[in-house]
Amino acid sequence: MVLKIVENLGVKYLKGTDEYKSKLEHELRKLKFPYKALAEDDYDARRKDHISHFILRLAYCQSEDLRRWFIQQEMDLFRYRFNELSDPLVQQFLEYVNLLYEPISKDVKKRLKDELFMSTPGLSAEKVEEQSFYKIPLQDAQDLIRVRRVLLNYGFALVPHQDMVVIILNNYRTKLSKALAVAAVIGKLHRTGRRDVCGGVPTWLRKHWSKAQAHGGDLSVLSLTARSLPAVQSDERLQPLLNHLSHSYIGPDYSAQKNTGKISLEQIDALSVKSYPICMRQLHKALRENHHLRHGGRMQYGLFLKGIGLTLEQALEFWRSEFIRGKIDADKFDKGYAYSIRHNYGKEGKRTDYTPFSCMKIILSNPPSQGDYHGCPFRHSDPELLKQKLQSYKISSTGISQILELVKGMHYQLACQKYFELTHDVDDIGFPLNHPNQYFVESQKLLSGGRELKKEMSHPGSSQLKPTSQESINSSSATTTSNNEADTELEGLDEYFAED
Amino acid sequence: WAVTRGMEKGYFARREFSFTLRDDIYVRYQSFERPQDLEKELQKACPYKVDIGAVYSHRPSQHNTLRSGAFQAQEKELVFDVDMTDYDDVRGCCSSAEICSKCWTLMTIAIRILDRALVEDLGVQHRLWVYSGRRGVHCWVCDDTVRKWSSSLRSSIVDYLSLVKGGADTVKKVHLSDPVHPFISKSLRLVEEYFEQYALLGQDILGCRESWDKVLALVPEHILLPGSSCLSLRLGEGLAAVGACSSSSSKKLPSYTEQEIMLQFCFPRLDGNVSKGLNHLLKSPFSVHPKTGRISVPIDIQRLEQFDPFAVPTISSLCRELDEANDEDKDKENEEDPESRRRVRDYKRTSLAPYVRVFECFVEDMERARRGELLRRSDLQGDF
Repeated sequence: MVLKIVENLGVKYLKGTDEYKSKLEHELRKLKFPYKALAEDDYDARRKDHISHFILRLAYCQSEDLRRWFIQQEMDLFRYRFNELSDPLVQQFLEYVNLLYEPISKDVKKRLKDELFMSTPGLSAEKVEEQSFYKIPLQDAQDLIRVRRVLLNYGFALVPHQDMVVIILNNYRTKLSKALAVAAVIGKLHRTGRRDVCGGVPTWLRKHWSKAQAHGGDLSVLSLTARSLPAVQSDERLQPLLNHLSHSYIGPDYSAQKNTGKISLEQIDALSVKSYPICMRQLHKALRENHHLRHGGRMQYGLFLKGIGLTLEQALEFWRSEFIRGKIDADKFDKGYAYSIRHNYGKEGKRTDYTPFSCMKIILSNPPSQGDYHGCPFRHSDPELLKQKLQSYKISSTGISQILELVKGMHYQLACQKYFELTHDVDDIGFPLNHPNQYFVESQKLLSGGRELKKEMSHPGSSQLKPTSQESINSSSATTTSNNEADTELEGLDEYFAED
Repeated sequence: WAVTRGMEKGYFARREFSFTLRDDIYVRYQSFERPQDLEKELQKACPYKVDIGAVYSHRPSQHNTLRSGAFQAQEKELVFDVDMTDYDDVRGCCSSAEICSKCWTLMTIAIRILDRALVEDLGVQHRLWVYSGRRGVHCWVCDDTVRKWSSSLRSSIVDYLSLVKGGADTVKKVHLSDPVHPFISKSLRLVEEYFEQYALLGQDILGCRESWDKVLALVPEHILLPGSSCLSLRLGEGLAAVGACSSSSSKKLPSYTEQEIMLQFCFPRLDGNVSKGLNHLLKSPFSVHPKTGRISVPIDIQRLEQFDPFAVPTISSLCRELDEANDEDKDKENEEDPESRRRVRDYKRTSLAPYVRVFECFVEDMERARRGELLRRSDLQGDF
């Protein structure tokens, strides 16, 4: 969650500006994560920080995309925290992580004074005199060398104190990347039931290992890590959680029954324009026009409708009446499609009460093909078509370009947030968007005047929707009792996060 | 050279060689257990060209037997390739593969600038500069630590060493701004040593309208004074006049126009791809250039100014010099062969001798350093 916030803010505000910093501090404070370099006090917050980092490592190691995202956010968070460190703490930190770089002596510095000044932009002559310069081997200073912002002297880069963060970030990024590669292999190990790595290395492992090796892993590290990851070795509890965590949506799941029956079928067309997120609006429109939707669309839209409160009877009527206007006759509908609608509501088969799809799920899984209308238009639609669609929805052209910019940067949920802001005429949506039903609920609230808009989030209206780790896990385990195995595992993890 | 590198077991055996055979047949992933085997194969196959590649995790000749991803390049010398063709937009005397004594100065400048950076900035000790045989020079950096450099580090170094950016559709390829990094200022000082002789006299860049227009195209508009005062440039004073223009510019912007022009005409232009990849193959020193017949000889950087590419022996001149006719034309001779002492003596009798000497010095230096390192290490470990 911390990382999602880091990502959000990183896009909204230019990283490093004061606004960014104060917002990040604010958010971290809210989640009760360490926002400052803490001394020995607040052990609990640091412990939580630690544990959550390692759990995320395991969850995000499996694919290149996930790894890249995870590393990027961790880098940003680290950079923020490091820049807040005072000088003596920096020194302590360097010693702690074994980055034992020596500073150059005063004589050397004097001799190289002019060259140091000319090679480090942003440093005045006085600062050159004051600050220490560290001797860094070339491979650790690549980022600075590439852009020629450091003095090179007989095989070493002489880095001023204030640029050390770049060096350390490099170092951290390499280490984290390696660790993730190792974790990925271990994950595969456990998935296939092979836990014993202390002996010979099975040949199938060698196959995966060469990939990890490309990231710099090595076999001795693998066996060490396997032995020192007791949590992973106690398998079943953690594995399903990890499998779902990176794709999981942490927040209310909108299968809650409390708002059922409040929507009438006549309202749906109007609602689709006013309060649907763009993906559902697109699905609804396609359904009305074609009198049909394929399976992916039926799932995504059908579950959404359940989430906004349609009862099973209403749903059956809704879909039936639409499909009949197309090529499907009543009998065929009852035989084929009715069953799956009932299935969605948990009235058939294994009777699982399916939850509406979150944004993550829609964006990441089951991409649409020709003839499909499901998915996330920001993610799956060709930008030209998306532009036309937005124009037909009467979005302003500045709004459209803002949205397209976000789409270009792959910030699909932010694009949808922008869409919300533009269609509801507010400056700031006020919450991070994670779920289509969340969009609907918030929109309805706004339109019925139940909430303060333009101002930045204050707690009352949002606390139930701003997912904090502990609250959400509690709520989801409460509402989705037998949904899938992952949830039962979640209960075990409660203790890690439950605050007193 | 190959033998001195044989520190670890099997190091030589994991080195990739490639041959260019008759009819342009190119074979890669050649590897040999011992130098003698390489020599035998050379005599048998008579390749036109021999390239040297990286040292891999496994014997290159067996790379097909390995699972994908298992065969990795582990070490390779850092190499540079400077090609005269890349300077075509700034030299008037020749173009593409031609070279002459006038534009050869560009290579001299390139070697001086790059070599200084290699030694003083990157801390390199063992490097060999080689004439490519036709239109450029190569550099082989052989320090143990450098051989282990990652591809990304090599890429960063290439960026560090590059100043001339842009292709055919970029007019102005060098831009300087405050503060000027010592690498640039030191390189500039070297360029200035040669600039007047090379550019103003030799290349005559201000000698005719067509040429000086090209120079003026590099001067930003706010500096060029309107009217003809800037355009009446006289030889020898030409650039000073441009300099005067820039310093008398009404705007108070610090202008490096003069320097930018000098750098665009003279600063070394590297082929980045040659240097960045760990598995890139480069022509072996002492091989014969197929188009000119010249031998790729090492360049003595202590006598850099005296190097004359046109005086480099060709294979035919060598053959003439040799009494023996046992080698066919375009056969590659392997001077590293310690077995046939007669051969070695023959080389010393030809005009190849001084170049071989340069090479031998280079190898001796490396040997000495290695012995010193071994001693140091065994001292530390208390071995005897």
